[in-house]
Order: sequence, then structure tokens, then C-alpha cells
Amino acid sequence: MNKPVIATTSLAGCFGCHMSILDIDEKFLELIELVEFNKSPIDDIKTFTKPVDVGIIEGGCCNSENIHILKYFRDNCKILVSLGECAMMGGLPAMRNTIPLEECIKEAYLNGPSTVNEEKILPNDEELPIILDKVYPCHEIVKIDYFIPGCPPRADLIWDALLHLATGKKLELEYESFKYD
Amino acid sequence: MSQKITIDPVTRVEGHGKVTIYLDDDNNIKQSRLHIVEFRGFERFIQGRPYWEAPVLVQRLCGICPVSHHLAAAKAIDVIVGAGTGDKLTPTAEKMRRLMHYGQIFQSHVLHFFHLASPDLLFGLDAAPDIRNIIGVAKQNKHLAVMGVMMRKFGQEIIKVTAGKKIHGTGAISGGINKHLTIEERDSFLKGENNIDQMIEWSGEALNFLKNYHRNNKDFIDNFASFPSSHLSIVRKDGAMDLYHGVMRAVDNEGNRILDDVSYQDYLNYIAEGVKNWSYMKFPYLKHLGKEKGWYRVGPLARLNTCDFIPTPLAQKEFEEFRAYTKGKPNNMSMHYHWARLIETLHAAEVMKDLLNDKDLLTGELIVKGEKQSEGIGVIEAPRGTLFHHYRINDNDQIAMANLIVSTTNNNDPMNFAVNEAAKQMMQGKREITEPMMNAVEVAIRAYDPCLSCATHALGQMPLEIVLRDKNENIIQVKRT
Ligand code: SF4
Repeated sequence: MNKPVIATTSLAGCFGCHMSILDIDEKFLELIELVEFNKSPIDDIKTFTKPVDVGIIEGGCCNSENIHILKYFRDNCKILVSLGECAMMGGLPAMRNTIPLEECIKEAYLNGPSTVNEEKILPNDEELPIILDKVYPCHEIVKIDYFIPGCPPRADLIWDALLHLATGKKLELEYESFKYD
Repeated sequence: MSQKITIDPVTRVEGHGKVTIYLDDDNNIKQSRLHIVEFRGFERFIQGRPYWEAPVLVQRLCGICPVSHHLAAAKAIDVIVGAGTGDKLTPTAEKMRRLMHYGQIFQSHVLHFFHLASPDLLFGLDAAPDIRNIIGVAKQNKHLAVMGVMMRKFGQEIIKVTAGKKIHGTGAISGGINKHLTIEERDSFLKGENNIDQMIEWSGEALNFLKNYHRNNKDFIDNFASFPSSHLSIVRKDGAMDLYHGVMRAVDNEGNRILDDVSYQDYLNYIAEGVKNWSYMKFPYLKHLGKEKGWYRVGPLARLNTCDFIPTPLAQKEFEEFRAYTKGKPNNMSMHYHWARLIETLHAAEVMKDLLNDKDLLTGELIVKGEKQSEGIGVIEAPRGTLFHHYRINDNDQIAMANLIVSTTNNNDPMNFAVNEAAKQMMQGKREITEPMMNAVEVAIRAYDPCLSCATHALGQMPLEIVLRDKNENIIQVKRT
């Protein structure tokens, strides 16, 4: 049997969820025997080279590029998982959702006490992706099959979930794991 | 005719970057730009939150070094609750925080060296991407991968017992810390399998691996993306390396002091940030030297250039060798960041051992309080460099202003220079982006260990796109990794 193929990406997250994957520590060396990683920051593969069984998403969507990558994952992964609070609900970055985007930008580039910007330049070059009005959870953009809670989800929870998904078994999360710390 | 090249995503450099290279008539490189494409808006959206939440909120900027943000914010909040500017905490609180911080430096440096940089060294710049990664390392040199995994684990476990959680903990609170270390916790690090002595030994082994590589690849390590700059960090009052607390010092590329041990509470007198329309990351500089000349490097290389000595014996010996290599002058070679980083890794292990043997961690007062202030500034040497947090509060104890200058932002200009140098070395009058050139640009950026996530307050995989543009800014070529 071929090894299950896994891909991961970080959108508008802090990379803490990816760090929590690495926090399975020595089991990581086991994991890379059990599954094959495709596109992922962990292995530096940047575009899909084959169909993927399980795609893991960290972070919600805060700009046009996040949306593009999320759709690219949906198109190439059989199962798509939202890992952590940001992917599931927008997380901390979604605290900006109650504030007009313009205010956030002005605060960062005009008002900061160490900022010197006489010409009132704002980042707007054509090379920069468009920032969305709000930070969106992944399931509002594409269909998500599973959700793993936590900020970040505990490493042992990720390990269990990966094992179950990779072997096609059903995973029951115990009640205590539903906390959004 | 003028030309432009863009490189898009650099995966192992977390965060998201894009590079544009502008050519002139003769196909020489006029300018290179590293665009940071993520924006979060923390400065604005944490306004209105109670000030004591800052240390747990703001660390969500970066899951790779959350402890740095946790502690920089806690140090700023200490000032607000009247717990002094770094000199009034109880010995227990100060030492627990130091243990947390050096655990963080250790795990982050290890992650950077083993997971992100070692594949380039083991397999070379032109190796296929599907083996040039930590999984490839595990298959080719199991011992190196096991070392990397177990050393990172050690650092993360230290963070867990001091902060409560490996990622996004809650240990540092206004005016102190919320727990002691237990004897069982201490003993697991001192006597367990893979204990602190093992960590010190492995740190030395990693250092030897790199020095050996350096001996065999001198030309590459010494000359690749090398350029002169100033260097900034905090140092202890007596000039020793101190990553948790100290005064601000900067030297120019010749080693002359251009900031002479000033208090970071006055950082606004010395540091300012410019804005450019092609990046979400601002451009900090030393005010008295101005926007053009005032930029500086931060991080391990800068810290080894600014401090007078390292206050632990094994790292001090390595430091002397490092300094002797440039005859006591500042070291301006980008790839030597890796060397400096591993010397700091060894230092962090030695510091952790001393702290673990310190009885103050087991008992003693946890918190101090004083007279409330309306403003606080906290600065720390994060793994990637100097990190500034600055808060003002209103009468309702809500955050009214937050200013953050994160480590990677401090390295914004240097990363742009490094990209420019790498591109120049690889293009040599050709109007074409090649695979080795894409890799070279990534390797140059990676030397700075940018957590582009925290700089832009986001982190995606960092795909690299290079756009090549002519002098009329028309696109000649776009290449993505
Ligand atoms: S859920 Fe938490 S750990 Fe994961 S990306 Fe979001 S802030 Fe970071």
C-alpha cells in the first residue's frame, strides 16, 4: 500500500500550529516513515506534485493570496482539516474584524510613535496582495472536513488525529480538548 | 530598456516574501527589493484590551518565538505596574523568566540550524528540493536529525515548566511570574535522559559540524552575501552578552560605538522607522545617522559584534575564536550568522545549567507591585534580534497605544542588501533567473532567520517569486519556486 500523502500550509496564522506538529518530537521521525509529506513548509516543497490525502490548514484568510492558496489546497486534497483556532474561527487576527481596515493601516504606518512618514506613504505597490476587509475562517471560503481545536492544538492531539486520518479510522475527541486557549 | 525579476515564496523562511530585481541598460542590477506581503494590524486591534492581557495576546504574532513577545510585553507591563525597569523583580521571578527565555533561544536556534539551514549545508544549493529539507536530513544523517529533534524538545520542555505551555504560555504576569520550578521538574533536566549536560555536548557537536563545513567551504561562507553594516543589540551594563536585559549598544562596521550603552526606555530618542510603499514591513534606522545611513543589523551576528565577552566559559572560548577570525573587528559576513547562532546555542545551554542549579527557582516571592504608571517599554534580545514593545494605557487600564518593532523588522534593510548581493553574484550580466539563483536568494534571506511572520504579524509558508524588470519597469521574467 502506498503511504498516505499529507500537505500543510500556514495562512493568516502565527506558525504556532506548525510548531505544535513538530512538538510530537521523536514521533516526528516515526511520522515521516508512516506518511509522505507533499507541499509543506516542513519540507520546502512549494507546489503539489501529486494528489494529497490529507491537507492541513493553519490560519484563516486575511488577504487575496490566502484565499488563493486555500482553494488550491481544496482542489488538491481529499480531506481538508482546519488546525487550530485561527483556521477554525479566524483566531486572534480576527480581532481586527470590528475595526475598519483603514484604521489598522493608519495606526501601523502613520501614527506609531517611532514611525517617521512625512510623505504619508502607505504600502500599496502592485506586488502586494490585497488585504481583505475581514479575517475569514477557512470554512467560510471552502468546505472543511475536520476541525482540530486549540491555540495551538496539543501535539498529542495532532498525532492522534494524523494517525486516524492517515489510516482512515474515525477519531472521537474527548470533551476536554475543546478549549480555545 | 529596463528590466525586472520577481522571486516568490521561500518556504523554509517562514512568512511570505517576494523579491523584485531591477536591471539597467547593461543588464546590471540596479536594485533588489524584498517585499513583505502580510499585514495583521496588532497595533490597532489590541487597543481597548486590559493591559495585563498584552503578554498573552501579542505572542500570537509568532508561534516560533512566542516567549520573546510574551516577555517583552511582560517587561513593558512591569513598568506600568510599578515593578521597575528590569531591576526590581524578585530573584525568583527574574530567574524563572530568564530560564524561559534561554530555553526559547535554545529551541529556536536549534530549529533554525537543524530544520532550516542544515539541509542547505548537507545537500548543497543545487540539490533537488524534495531532499533538501529536514526529512531528507533524517534519511541521510539520522544522528543529526535526532540531535535536532531532541535539542528542540529540551528547549520546549523548559518553556513548558516555566510558561505552563510549550507554545503561547502564560507564565510571565504583571510584575513577576506565576509559578516556581518543582524539584521533580528540575531533576528531569539535570539528571534525566538527554539532560542538560547532553545538550551542552550536542551544542558543541553542532558547532564543530559547522566549523568543519566552514573550513571546507571558506569561499562560500565568507563571501556569499557579505557587506558592511552597523550592528545593534542590548548588552549587560558591563558589556557582557545578555539576551534578557541590558542597555542598547550599536557599533559601526569598523567597531566604533555609535550608540553608547543607553537605556532602552529612551528608545524613541534613538530609533525611528521609515515606510516604503512596496513592503508591509517598516525600515528602522538610528535617528542621528538618518534614514539612508542609519540602518543596522540585529540578531546573533550583531550580538557577537556588540558585546565584549560571553559570561559562560565554553561559549566565551568559541567567542574568542570567532572574534579572532576578523581580528577583533566586526564580522560583516551574512553566512556567519549561522556560526554566531550556534555559539549562542551553546551559551544558552550553559546559562540554563547554571539557572537549573539555582535554589531561587524553587522558593521565594513571585510578584512585586509598585506605583502605577501610564506607559511602559520592554525590550529583549529575541532569537532573531532586538525586540521592542511599547504600551500606553488609559484611566480604565485599557491599552491606548501599542508600538512594536520586531526583530525581523530591524533586519529589513540588511535582508534587502543580502538579496541584492546574492542576486549580483548569481546574475552576472545575464537577463535570466536561474534555479541556483532562486536558491541563493533564499539562502541569503534564511541566514537572517527571518520570522517574517512576526515582522508582518503573520506567517504563511514563504513562497518566493522573483520578478525581473527592465529600466522602464517592464517585466522581463517571473519565476516562482
Ligand atoms: S491557532 Fe494559535 S497557534 Fe495556531 S496559528 Fe492561530 S494563533 Fe498561532
